[in-house]
Amino acid sequence: MKYIDEYRGERIVRSLAGQIARHARRPWQLMEICGGQTHTIMRYGLDELLPENIRLVHGPGCPVCVTPLEMVDKGIEIASRPGVTFVSYGDMLRVPGSRLDLFRVKAAGGDVRIVYSPMDAVKLARDRRDRRVVFFGIGFETTAPANAMAVWEARREGLSNFSMLVSLALTTPAIRLLLSSPKNLVQGFIGPGHVCTVTGYQEYESLSRDFQAPIVVAGFEPLDLLEAVSMLVKQLEEGRAEVENQYVRSVSYEGNVAAQRFVESVFEVSDRKWRGIGTIPGSGLRLRPEFARFDAEEVFDVGDFAAEEPAECISAEVLQGLKRPTDCPLFAGGCTPESPRGAPMVSAEGACAAYYHYRRHAAPGECSC
Amino acid sequence: MLTLSCAMPPAARDQVLLGHGSGGKMSSDLVRDVFLAAFHNPVLDRLDDQALVEINGVRLAFTTDSFVVKPLFFPGGDIGSLAVHGTVNDLAVGGARPLFISAAFILEEGFPLETLRRVVASLQRAAESAGVQVVTGDTKVVEKGSGDGLFINTSGLGLVAEDVRLSASRARPGDRVLLSGAIGDHGIAILAQREGLEFESTIRSDSAPLHTLAAAMLAASAGIRCMRDPTRGGLASTLNELAAQSHAGIEIDERAIPVREEVRGACELLGLDPLYVANEGKLAAIVEPAAAERVLAAMRHHTLGREAAIIGTVTEAHPGLVTMRTTVGPTRVVDMLAGDQLPRIC
Amino acid sequence: MCLAVPGKILETEQRDGNRIAKVQFGGIARQVYLNFVPEAQVGDYVMVHVGFAISRVDAGEAARTYRLLESMGLAEGEPGGAEPE
Repeated sequence: MKYIDEYRGERIVRSLAGQIARHARRPWQLMEICGGQTHTIMRYGLDELLPENIRLVHGPGCPVCVTPLEMVDKGIEIASRPGVTFVSYGDMLRVPGSRLDLFRVKAAGGDVRIVYSPMDAVKLARDRRDRRVVFFGIGFETTAPANAMAVWEARREGLSNFSMLVSLALTTPAIRLLLSSPKNLVQGFIGPGHVCTVTGYQEYESLSRDFQAPIVVAGFEPLDLLEAVSMLVKQLEEGRAEVENQYVRSVSYEGNVAAQRFVESVFEVSDRKWRGIGTIPGSGLRLRPEFARFDAEEVFDVGDFAAEEPAECISAEVLQGLKRPTDCPLFAGGCTPESPRGAPMVSAEGACAAYYHYRRHAAPGECSC
Repeated sequence: MLTLSCAMPPAARDQVLLGHGSGGKMSSDLVRDVFLAAFHNPVLDRLDDQALVEINGVRLAFTTDSFVVKPLFFPGGDIGSLAVHGTVNDLAVGGARPLFISAAFILEEGFPLETLRRVVASLQRAAESAGVQVVTGDTKVVEKGSGDGLFINTSGLGLVAEDVRLSASRARPGDRVLLSGAIGDHGIAILAQREGLEFESTIRSDSAPLHTLAAAMLAASAGIRCMRDPTRGGLASTLNELAAQSHAGIEIDERAIPVREEVRGACELLGLDPLYVANEGKLAAIVEPAAAERVLAAMRHHTLGREAAIIGTVTEAHPGLVTMRTTVGPTRVVDMLAGDQLPRIC
Repeated sequence: MCLAVPGKILETEQRDGNRIAKVQFGGIARQVYLNFVPEAQVGDYVMVHVGFAISRVDAGEAARTYRLLESMGLAEGEPGGAEPE
């Protein structure tokens, strides 16, 4: 497949690894923000190709993992109501709420469905006027334009039976928070290539400057990630702290302006709670007042939920890159994908799930990453 | 190892979920905890795809299967032909010559008779091609809303020659792992039709009877340790089962595993791993090293084995675990999935 | 986050005010909304996320940067090029 296969070529991947090994004289700690990049690293074992002195930690870039527990509970509550067809991306089905998950709601008779695109949810609403179709609109900046279009289209067609449970988060404020933490040990960042495809990377310039940290926007194939690591190491060794773009085939400085404008016409910025981290000001999106009738929280009046995370789950520290999944006392014992204690064990690209699926045979501490 | 009480109340844990039918870890846990615990006996405990029993010196393979596929009709087959192929294949991988099957139909009230006739006709055609007879059956009707239109349960009976002794427990470090062809066709053919995930594809299910392929392999060499047909849960689940049952490790090479372009495209789009996608006309075999090339040649000689490949090796390292050398070099674990693999956007 | 896949635009049409394309991914094709990439044409590659094109693949940039990597890869393959563990 074009623009995929050639970025998985072994020879170039190995020579990039060699280049990194030659340039990396000092120890460096790097973070990839995006869960999809974590997935690629673990699935191909890319961290094993890096020299010992380069350590990769994994950031909070998993919209599934950071969806607040209360939001999952709200979704479950709505999905359990009669006459509701609850539609979601596949990622959310197994995420544990306080008591249940969407799969169990389905087992109890709820009409819970998986779609690939939010427009498929709109189609369901169009075809089944007798059902109240609710779409679980999770995602980061990458997914916001599509979610916005779904609401726009529903309004255009007058689909009064459609609403969206909005759980959209913005990554840049989260990155800023990570960088400002006194516990932060990360020296260089691999930027989320698909978020930046939409947003561009101009916002990273002030981040890079304020915290003196190099940021390289990267794609998602093995070659992209290794090239980005190589670029970061080079900057760090040379004492530079700039923003660079590795993912030139998809990302431009300004990003997709048409998509950005469209998002602004449907959503507005709000404060938002991140599961495991807490409230980050200005880090979420909510529907503008003129779209209130498509806001599932308004339509269903679910009220407020107070939810408590299991005390033993260290996902907060894992999401901030302060601990490894293997540092958790529950890892692979009390917390597994079949009975997860926290979201990063359930999401396909949560750090804990990735470690569990791809790396479990390495004893804690033995992991070469 | 810490055991802590689960955050979820007992009621939520004491239910059957869709994941229990996925062929992954939840399925095997259910089998172990509920069925084996109740039924256990030496034949069942071997947990092969078929039961090998002996009556008055005659060796018979006996299997049962149920078919709940939706949609009922899909490119490359339907629930009727699938029912024959699935049953025949469970017998075939035990080295049996399939002879007789039963077919029991559970029909939902209101199900169109015309559709039933189509399914039955297809089932009969598949049985004829496979050289098996439907010798007994049953019909039940359930109230509207209690079933999914049509379920078919089968059982199958076949003869196993005296010198054929296949078992996962015979696998030894150094043995080679062979695969009869490209993976993921069936699962993707089904998914292409699924509401909310539809896409255009020419992919057809690989649903096919494997008994003549298996027979050709057994005729080529006595060095075959065991065979399996990777169905739901995909090749990864089957290899994990083999690793567990043989108490050995399995190492495979991603570069050796054939995958059709369409299956790759669909998997990339939906974020799926072909290793976990269902097949209905593929065979995996563990073969002693000296016999591997000969068996491979016999497979490639057969229409259902043209793309056969040696994909890995049995190892004494990491018993019970399957690892894979990835296309870019490093090795990673190929885990058993908990439940169904789900499409993802992240 | 953000599984986006490159696909080739095979055909486009207008439907209800939206520009929709049939995009090919490996051997399969799916309907994709082009609202956010109005400049994309038949034959172009676009990055697709949840049924929407979010960028047009810059073929020129991709080729240029890939060629650089390739030549580095060939150079590294020569004796004396360091190999990692």
